[in-house]
Amino acid sequence: MRILAFDTSNQPLSVAVVSDDVILAEQLINVKRNHSVQLMPIIDEMLKQAKLSLDEIDRIAVAKGPGSYTGLRIAATVAKSLAWTKDIELVGVSSLKVVVGNRFDENTGEMIIPIFDARRQNIYTGLYTRKNDGEILEVMEDVHVAAEQWAEMLAQKEWPCPLTLIGADAPAFFEIFKEKLGDQVRLARPEQYLPRASVLAFLAQREEATPAHSFTPTYLKLAEAEENWLKEHPDFEGGNWVEKI
Amino acid sequence: MLILSIETSCDETSASVIENGDTIKSNIVASQINSHKRFGGVVPEIASRHHVEYITLIIEEAMKEAKVTFDDLDAVAVTEGPGLVGALLIGVNAAKAIAYAHDLPLIPVNHLAGHIYANQLVEPLEFPLLALIVSGGHTELVYMKEHGDFEIIGETRDDAAGEAYDKIGRVLGVPYPGGKHIDEMAQLGKDTFHFPRAMIHEDNYDFSFSGLKSAFINTVHNANQKGEELNHNDLATSFQYAVVDVLVDKTIRAAKEYSVKQIILAGGVAANSGLREGLSKAVDEQLENIRLVIPPLSLTGDNAAMIGAAAFLEVKKKHTANLALNAQPGLTL
Repeated sequence: MRILAFDTSNQPLSVAVVSDDVILAEQLINVKRNHSVQLMPIIDEMLKQAKLSLDEIDRIAVAKGPGSYTGLRIAATVAKSLAWTKDIELVGVSSLKVVVGNRFDENTGEMIIPIFDARRQNIYTGLYTRKNDGEILEVMEDVHVAAEQWAEMLAQKEWPCPLTLIGADAPAFFEIFKEKLGDQVRLARPEQYLPRASVLAFLAQREEATPAHSFTPTYLKLAEAEENWLKEHPDFEGGNWVEKI
Repeated sequence: MLILSIETSCDETSASVIENGDTIKSNIVASQINSHKRFGGVVPEIASRHHVEYITLIIEEAMKEAKVTFDDLDAVAVTEGPGLVGALLIGVNAAKAIAYAHDLPLIPVNHLAGHIYANQLVEPLEFPLLALIVSGGHTELVYMKEHGDFEIIGETRDDAAGEAYDKIGRVLGVPYPGGKHIDEMAQLGKDTFHFPRAMIHEDNYDFSFSGLKSAFINTVHNANQKGEELNHNDLATSFQYAVVDVLVDKTIRAAKEYSVKQIILAGGVAANSGLREGLSKAVDEQLENIRLVIPPLSLTGDNAAMIGAAAFLEVKKKHTANLALNAQPGLTL
């Protein structure tokens, strides 16, 4: 299976072309640039480097969130447009899980906590572990939560294993976790912090394809205006906000 | 020549297939008004989210209704700006992906040029022409010597006309967007308040609507404080006349000075019946041998058909973009 994979969930941008278990081409950029300007040219470049055309791609894998809203939408729009217009399978993978996937050479006896800064001391996070067969298991769903609250929740359970924080924003929140969890919590190695589209591609091989039209990013958070509106309308049961005119 | 065009600059997700720059094969518009009504105005983050939800569905529908396949297309056109950056990004990235996937030229289009070229879907543009663009974000008089040549000879110095409508709509408690409701109320009242016609006598073609808006709000507040009940229809009529008088007066004067052959009305406020009637009447009475073109209501609001119409000449001139095309939220004509 040939997979084109890309992730623009946060500052890093990564694009890869993977054929079965071989990485043909990959690029990772982690300086502040504009994803909207860069994503399509780099997709084109990676396909060329891999000596493949879009017609030869069987599956598009995209990091679906959480992350920066604009970044998520750029990747999601490109992914669903390419998938729909070329009738290619589309797979969305949690952006947090992509980073967790970097712990591929570790012993499986640990809990992995990916961390993206969500501002105001909040984080996007989750709880994962790697099974003996190498598969990554989602122990708890991805959430948007106050960092302290997540650390507190973890501290209230008994863990027979180390807890590993991973992600470019993990060091900034390490102290909060250490305070609640003590020496049981540790940081992954810095070379494992950034999302790699090749890892995303491998994860996407094991996941179900999703219809392109209805694919949207997993923001894990409503827009502030909508949050406030829902507080004022507690009985709201869903509505059709967009209509053809 | 067949162009697939995409427009997502504000709160409408739209896609269209246009033949030869003047014939609509399809023009699908999905409006988010019901969503933004909840907040009394367009919330950019929510607009962007809706665009992602609907973008490919709307494009597919435009292709189906036009009964064309990607092999039939000659280009993909998209609004690059001006507009909300997050909203524009959805159209731009969808257009880039589709153009890339089918090896088609990618044509960036200025949203305001699109509003002007909506009229090319009604009848051919004749130069020189004068375009009055009036919308929620713009109030501009544009002189065009020829295709693709835009000279802004007048513009608003503060609020756009449509923006003033929405703001006074809020004061009168009408639902968002206020313009349509104020227009309906204006049909029922009289111009009893004689609000100021800002800058009408000034020797330029610029506009200002914030003074009018303040005069309106002060009138309503003063009455409220005294416990007086003002006739809302009369308020709406008085406001509408004040806006239309200035727009019409300056347009007629500019048309004379620049000796144009055609006057074009463009933008969302082109749907306003007071403006449509006022401008038609003034052109009839005060100008000779100048044609006024007013787009049908379906082409006044934001739509992709107008983007396809404007893109036609760009394709011929080979004004194409590469895959690094980005949204230009502050783009001017």
